[in-house]
Amino acid sequence: MSGGRTLVLRGRCVVPGRAEGPALVTRMHISGWGGIDSRTGTIVETRHELRGISFAGKVLVFPGAKGSSGWSNAFHLTRSLGVAPAALLFNEMTTKIALGAVVTRAPAMTDFDRDPLDCIASGDWVSVDAERGIVEIRKPPSAAGDESP
Amino acid sequence: MKLTAEESAMTDGRDGPAVAAAMDLLLRYGRALGAERLVETDNVVASISATTPFMRGYAQRGGGMDAVFSEFSLDSDAVLPIPPARAFTMHTQLGFDPAQAARMGVDEETVRFYRQGEAWTAGLGVQASNTCTPYLLGNLPVRGEHCAWMESSAVIYCNSVLGARTNTEGRESVGAAMLTRRIPYWGYHLDANRRGSHHVQVQAAAETTADWGLLGYWIGDRVQERVPVVEGFGRRPDLARLKHFGAAASSSGGLEMYHLVGITPEAPSAEAAFGGQAARERLVYGERERREAYERLNATASERRVDYVMLGCPHYSIEQVWHAAQLLQGRKVHADCALWIFTPRAIKALADQNGYTATIEAAGGVLMSDSCSAMSRAAPKGTRVVALDSAKQAHYLPAILGLQAWFGSTADCIDAACSGRWSGGLR
Repeated sequence: MSGGRTLVLRGRCVVPGRAEGPALVTRMHISGWGGIDSRTGTIVETRHELRGISFAGKVLVFPGAKGSSGWSNAFHLTRSLGVAPAALLFNEMTTKIALGAVVTRAPAMTDFDRDPLDCIASGDWVSVDAERGIVEIRKPPSAAGDESP
Repeated sequence: MKLTAEESAMTDGRDGPAVAAAMDLLLRYGRALGAERLVETDNVVASISATTPFMRGYAQRGGGMDAVFSEFSLDSDAVLPIPPARAFTMHTQLGFDPAQAARMGVDEETVRFYRQGEAWTAGLGVQASNTCTPYLLGNLPVRGEHCAWMESSAVIYCNSVLGARTNTEGRESVGAAMLTRRIPYWGYHLDANRRGSHHVQVQAAAETTADWGLLGYWIGDRVQERVPVVEGFGRRPDLARLKHFGAAASSSGGLEMYHLVGITPEAPSAEAAFGGQAARERLVYGERERREAYERLNATASERRVDYVMLGCPHYSIEQVWHAAQLLQGRKVHADCALWIFTPRAIKALADQNGYTATIEAAGGVLMSDSCSAMSRAAPKGTRVVALDSAKQAHYLPAILGLQAWFGSTADCIDAACSGRWSGGLR
């Protein structure tokens, strides 16, 4: 990662814990039941920009949850089947996402000092320390300088 | 979070390990939300059943339904003995209709295991209502009553039409609520979050049930998870229209509450619905917007030949089953098409008694219960094109089953079932 740049975001802890992994970022809301395949950890919603892409082991960065009340159960099953996201970073708090994050038991945060959708790109290496409220983002060297300082 | 003495005692294990685990989950969930406390509820709509081979396998590894409930309803790693429900609890729709399992492609072992689970669940005191429409079976919480309901189309009906209070809960939070009579005091339990945010002026037709589906689908897409205040519709909508409107709005957006001025209990006037706040946006639903909703719902369909017609999303009321039976009287479903109609099991018993089931069967249709095609991922074998009178089902089925979906009125759908061709359209 030499030559890359590091950014730090601060936010509120939703589910405590620490995790790191490559970021998977979308500006579209995510449906649980009917929107993901819990067996593979893959987005399946017809018109979703991440359709066919797996979030397993990744730090999922998204605006929030939408759709059925089966949201929590769909993400709960990804943990049971070993394909849960490593961490969840999102902007809009709802009961679906709060319960979903709790039962997925992935470290989760919200209420950031800067919009994570503006600061994080898919493929950035992201470390989450939810209890301390800190997200560290390491940009790969090729992407350094893409954003204004 | 602030706990009462009773809540602290439950958390500390006074009522056994399952109740303590339920409190632990509610506290983790409440903290995640940022809730300050819990609220009492005696009205829960829950999903407990094990209808998939995965769930059956999970139970059969040892621990049975206690293991399934501990993991998937309480988020507990330990298998705990589950005590009876403390709150009045009704079961939501299932992954299949146990009485029509073969037709839905479900194997006998899965059905056998489901039936054991259903007996176990009934033993806890949970109603085997198996429906997305608990309000059709007499669960009508009074205005202001705190509830813990799953199922987005039931949640929006509860908040908006009944004026009771619930968030969209999930399998784990309602499992915990059922054992503790508690749920986080957050979101739609508080007055401030029930006020209108968007004003919608209706200038196009909002008369038929299909019209109300189009209106709901359009509003959900525009308003997402906010609270619209709707004015300007014509005739007073009935239960079927409001059921369809809410289901559509909660599918295209995350809508959990709306106000219809002069109709719903917290909207005697637009001013009252906004509660002194200004509308953050004013929207107009005209002919162009109505057509936009219709075209979005029919975007996946191109072939006119229809293999399958599904009615009953959300589950049909007895009035809707009666109407469908009248439309089918003396007609035959086309040889290359199937017609499945879904209603709660208790309403099917009434339809059997009234002779509606016989009328539907004489025409070649099937009256089914407990589930739907989206929940069961089941359609008649070889189905490529489906016709639906539900915007919600038209939203989900193309993604879930990869089908082309036509959306239209109930009469259009029954005509398609009898002719094997789609000739509906925006009227």
